[in-house]
Amino acid sequence: MFLINYIKDVFGAVKSLAIGMRRTLFYFVRPKEIITQQYPDEMPVIAERFRGEVVLMHDENNEHACTGCTACELACPNGSIKIVTKFDISPEGKKKKAIDTFVYHLEMCTMCNLCVEACPTSAIKMDTAYEHSVFDRNKLTKKLNNEGSKVRSGVE
Amino acid sequence: MWSLNEIVKRTDVKLNEMFSPAMAFLFEAIIVALLAISLFAILGLVLVLMERKVSSFMQVRLGPNRVGPKGMFQTVADTIKLIVKEGMTPNNVDRFLFHLAPFLVMIVAMILLAPLPFANGFQIWDVNIGVLFVSAVSSVSVIGILMAGWSSNNKYSLLGAMRSGAQIVSYELSAGFSILAIVILSGSLTFSDIIQSQANGWWLFKGHIPAIIAFVIFIIASTAETNRAPFDMAEAESELTAGFHTEYSGMKFALFFLAEYVNVFIVCAIGATLFLGGWMPLHFGSNTSFNHVMDYIPGIVWFFGKTFFLIFVMMWFRWTFPRLRIDQLLNLEWKYLLPISLINLLLVTVVAISGWHF
Repeated sequence: MFLINYIKDVFGAVKSLAIGMRRTLFYFVRPKEIITQQYPDEMPVIAERFRGEVVLMHDENNEHACTGCTACELACPNGSIKIVTKFDISPEGKKKKAIDTFVYHLEMCTMCNLCVEACPTSAIKMDTAYEHSVFDRNKLTKKLNNEGSKVRSGVE
Repeated sequence: MWSLNEIVKRTDVKLNEMFSPAMAFLFEAIIVALLAISLFAILGLVLVLMERKVSSFMQVRLGPNRVGPKGMFQTVADTIKLIVKEGMTPNNVDRFLFHLAPFLVMIVAMILLAPLPFANGFQIWDVNIGVLFVSAVSSVSVIGILMAGWSSNNKYSLLGAMRSGAQIVSYELSAGFSILAIVILSGSLTFSDIIQSQANGWWLFKGHIPAIIAFVIFIIASTAETNRAPFDMAEAESELTAGFHTEYSGMKFALFFLAEYVNVFIVCAIGATLFLGGWMPLHFGSNTSFNHVMDYIPGIVWFFGKTFFLIFVMMWFRWTFPRLRIDQLLNLEWKYLLPISLINLLLVTVVAISGWHF
């Protein structure tokens, strides 16, 4: 009985090792199976919902939907967003709150998406950009609103 | 026909014409030393690159592909880096042994090169006890490893060295028994005679099932003897950081690294010589047209082809199997390989006495 089990052990071991070796040989002779993405040469496929950085969306008239309500600034858990507001004078002479600078600290942002969820007018969204390395840390503090942009009419 | 044997003879005659016999011998020794060292350097570069490429393909990766075409100069760059790197010596090491150990391991590998026949008549030293010499000298390398582990004054190094000692001493036995199988079949301890006895077919084919079992055991045991995965208990990077060479850096580490690959080459060369006919072309029977076609391929190509095939098999093992625990390792040797090789030796003897081999 012992001897039978012994021989069974040996053959079972040889068989299971052979299965493993067949699998590695399968991959060895098939270079097409290689899944490595050679990043700088070929750009990787980024998932649609990948959260790379916060952007303020501008349309072709250089208008955005940010009313300067600072809901995103309040929602941000670590103070990555700072909104500087100003008062625009409308043609009718009424004062209207608007953003002067949308300051975004990319170096502090944890990409938690809470600001995007808090925004009542869907003015900001998460972009899939991921190449954020810079030589100067100050470059990571961004001004999101374009120069001369203004709030889209009708957005309250 | 052009052959290495001719070149060797002509060089010998030429040197003896030009100089006195003693000087000619000295020059020949220098030429041989240069050839051996350059072979080692090339082997180190080629085998490390081969290992990295084989491993990457088996793991569905690309491997080194930046330095030179297809990453061919990656190991050259690595070597330059290792040469210019500082060789650190930790504070409380046993300095003499610490510095001696890598050279000892390397020297053992170099001595093992002596009786290897690379081609017909292209052999440093055709000693009449070649097989015995190889199996005797190869067990000295464990002293170098133990020396490195002990002198490093580091628990990981010592553990790795002790494991390696237990492992090499155990696996020498079954490696020796499987070598003995071929010695029994061919009836000689000389490498050149063993190769000549395979002129009408390799022992792997001629010796029936016992020769195949001996070959498998030899491959397993030599994988263990060279401390390679799945038997790399001496290094076991996930348990012992790097085992016996934890404290080594720079060129001394590179020597250990090189010695590992040279040892792999040497055991594979011995396996190829004993079981696959060394430089002997693939022959079936005698005097067939197939044999004549095979004879046109030079012996050195056959030798390196077979050796590199076996090296590939060892790399294949390494990148397929997980590492064994030390108790599993010793179980495998003492409960399985050793009894099987003993019974196999008996079978081989029966086959040899009855003349059942071809």
